[in-house]
Amino acid sequence: MIAVSEPARARAVVGFAAVLVVTGCAGSGNQSTVLVSAAASLTDAFVEIEAAFEEANPGVDVVLNLGGSSALREQILGGAPADVFASANPSNMAQVREAGEVDGEPRVFIRNRLQIAVPAGNPAGVTGPADLAREELLIGLCAEAVPCGEFGRQALANAGVSAAVDTREPDVRALLTKIGAGELDAGIVYVTDVASSVGEVDGVDIADADNVVAEYPIAVLTGAPNRDGATDFVEFVLSDEGRAILVKHGFESP
Amino acid sequence: MTSRSGLDAHLVISRGGGFTLDAALKIEAGDTVALLGPNGAGKSTAVGGLAGLIPLDDGRIALGDRALDDPARGVFVSPEDRRIGVVFQDYVLFPHLTVMDNIAFGLRSRNVRRRDAHRRAAEWVERLGLGDLAGRKPPALSGGQAQRVALARALIGEPELLLLDEPLAALDASTRVELRRTLADHLGQFPGPRLLITHEPTEAFLLADQIHVIEGGAIMQMGTAEDIRLRPRSRYIADLAGSNLIVGTASRGTVGTGTVDLQVGDTYIAGPVLATIHPRAISLHLHRPEGSPRNTWETTVARIEHYGDRVRVQTGAPLPLTAEITPNAERALQLRERSAVWVSIKATEIGVEAA
Amino acid sequence: MTGLRKRRVSRPPLVLVALAVLGLAVFVVPLLGLLARTPWRDLPALLTGEIVADALRLSMVSSLAATALSAVVGVPLAWVLARVEFPGRSIVRGLVLLPLVIPPVVGGAALLFALGRRGLIGEPLNQATGLVLPFSTWGVVLAVTFVAMPFLVITVEGALRNLDSRYEGAAATLGAKRWTVLRRVTFPMIAPSLVAGLVLTWARALGEFGATITFAGNLPGRTQTLPLAVFVALESDRDTAVALSLLMVAISLAVLVALRGRWWRSL
Repeated sequence: MIAVSEPARARAVVGFAAVLVVTGCAGSGNQSTVLVSAAASLTDAFVEIEAAFEEANPGVDVVLNLGGSSALREQILGGAPADVFASANPSNMAQVREAGEVDGEPRVFIRNRLQIAVPAGNPAGVTGPADLAREELLIGLCAEAVPCGEFGRQALANAGVSAAVDTREPDVRALLTKIGAGELDAGIVYVTDVASSVGEVDGVDIADADNVVAEYPIAVLTGAPNRDGATDFVEFVLSDEGRAILVKHGFESP
Repeated sequence: MTSRSGLDAHLVISRGGGFTLDAALKIEAGDTVALLGPNGAGKSTAVGGLAGLIPLDDGRIALGDRALDDPARGVFVSPEDRRIGVVFQDYVLFPHLTVMDNIAFGLRSRNVRRRDAHRRAAEWVERLGLGDLAGRKPPALSGGQAQRVALARALIGEPELLLLDEPLAALDASTRVELRRTLADHLGQFPGPRLLITHEPTEAFLLADQIHVIEGGAIMQMGTAEDIRLRPRSRYIADLAGSNLIVGTASRGTVGTGTVDLQVGDTYIAGPVLATIHPRAISLHLHRPEGSPRNTWETTVARIEHYGDRVRVQTGAPLPLTAEITPNAERALQLRERSAVWVSIKATEIGVEAA
Repeated sequence: MTGLRKRRVSRPPLVLVALAVLGLAVFVVPLLGLLARTPWRDLPALLTGEIVADALRLSMVSSLAATALSAVVGVPLAWVLARVEFPGRSIVRGLVLLPLVIPPVVGGAALLFALGRRGLIGEPLNQATGLVLPFSTWGVVLAVTFVAMPFLVITVEGALRNLDSRYEGAAATLGAKRWTVLRRVTFPMIAPSLVAGLVLTWARALGEFGATITFAGNLPGRTQTLPLAVFVALESDRDTAVALSLLMVAISLAVLVALRGRWWRSL
């Protein structure tokens, strides 16, 4: 969706094309596909996990569907086929689970913290959440329906700041892009997002007392067309190898 | 007075496809010149050039002592400042405006106050008998009504030159005669030079003092109707304009011409008429012919002209006519100028229309 | 014999009818889905919420402003394309049509690169005047104009090309200056197309989403138009999203039906 970064999108498309090619000669091999709907903030880490998983499991093709967690939730509830759902907050996962779409218990596989992202060099001189109240700055947050928006609002409330918001972007990647382009002076994103955009954005820390720790749950879906592949993928994400990749991208182990 | 307000133009306009109009036109005030030629001869281009809608590439247009277009001297007067009244082909009335607003358009465009413009337009509406139609829009008008509106619209601004581009072509045959007469009246009342564009020889002969025949962008011949008819300078002009046209008065199947009474097929028509006899409908004989033709008289050969495989023989008094025969017939008749010859025309070959 | 033939002609081929029904279904089925999901009882309450009122007001303001802006600059553009011959005219015409075929998101991104605070023109503009277009209602108007104006330009250009230039010539010979010709002849004669173009432009402006959210962002009361409100609400409050969608369909349908006579005649 809008959130998908260009290389990731390209890879997802290539993956999808591969599925079609493989399906075309399904008789000869035992190739299977795992469709993973993952929060946009997982983009870089999951692209790498996808590659590692496919290397460890020849014949399995992972297709990533990346987007805002709430948008992914709507897709799943709307009946779009998916094997795995990795959400950036528990509430979207909970809604999917209440609808009976989750197979078993969702498991928190990773944590993430919030950080203030500013354009590289921090031209507006942002030092902390209090600066987000400055009217003369262009401030962006995530829309409240997506986890980074929900958590961002909590963090601001914790810090007692009433932010002068200029836009509520539909997902964290869209927000990050506009900060990186210098069109926004600051916005609240995940630590991992700042880490993925080194050179374009700088991070300004939010005090631990005010910060919100986001828990990322992952689950196999009831309607998974490829349940075995989905289970393998979830296990891989929870494995040491999977964790290592996630930590490398700035996530914290649960 | 006349030379001061006359038109003196030499139109040179190049258009795509290698076509060039190169035509000189001189019209005195009070005179009507017809530009007669087939479609594609450059007639409408001439109208565009004179009206200022197409700039000249070379040549010059002068109206009275005003130069309107003179590329060599960098003079170009835009159409809105030329004071030239144009009755366009198909009239080009503004479909979204009423008859009254169409007629008043020129005055309103020249910043005459609305009320005054409408008062003067109302005079024209009356004069042209359009009284009931003032509030109508052009799509609801007949061809004749539209022509009158177009005339009024062109004349209300008191132009110094009147251009009529095929003013009768849009009309059906039944109304054409009557409207040609109306048009003749209005032309007579217009004091400036008038240019009539037409592809119909009849119109040119009946409405114009001088005829310029145009073909392929060039004036091939100019002169009076008589000159053109009797002495066409090319086979093309002979074909186009070489029919015998005789003005007369009809009554009970006879058209009196002043000298000869022509028997015609139409026994109902009465009053002033124009009789048309195609040159090939005229037979020439060495002796008095026998049989049905009732229109027969003896005359002399005035002139013989050769156009390739055709011979045009012009006969003398009492009714000069042009006949067209084959070279074989010419030899058989041993025709030469001033030799005696009998003319015969079938009554049914003479076309008659009210003039 | 003739009666038989007539009867046969009057019955259209079954295959065509079947496909036509299928074609209609493409439009109608989604609407039925929307109606089926509509919480009719709560509708009045949903539609009187502050978010809805803000989005409706903003949509009206920005779509009408975009239509007005399109009229001011798009009609002259159409006139130049139709009446002035210049090298590269077909390229310019292609540029005008481009927003019709590129994804609006791309248009929004392009606007950001051009008119954003760090953009090609936006940066000097910002330094000279302090003006910031993205994340403002003006940004919405601009994004929406970018996407919607081509409808006006192509409609009006087509009408101007079809208008017999002799009418304008006739007006000139009657003493009308260029402006008078435009005002009293050209525009009145293309009025039906002009109206159709304005309506299409307005309808497209009302539904614009991608360029707006990319260039102008999303803030209730300032840049959140109805389509953006629908998008955001879909992920948080589906009833409101459905109510908003229904509102948009109703507005668009009402206008298109009211103007269908003119619309058909000139397109």
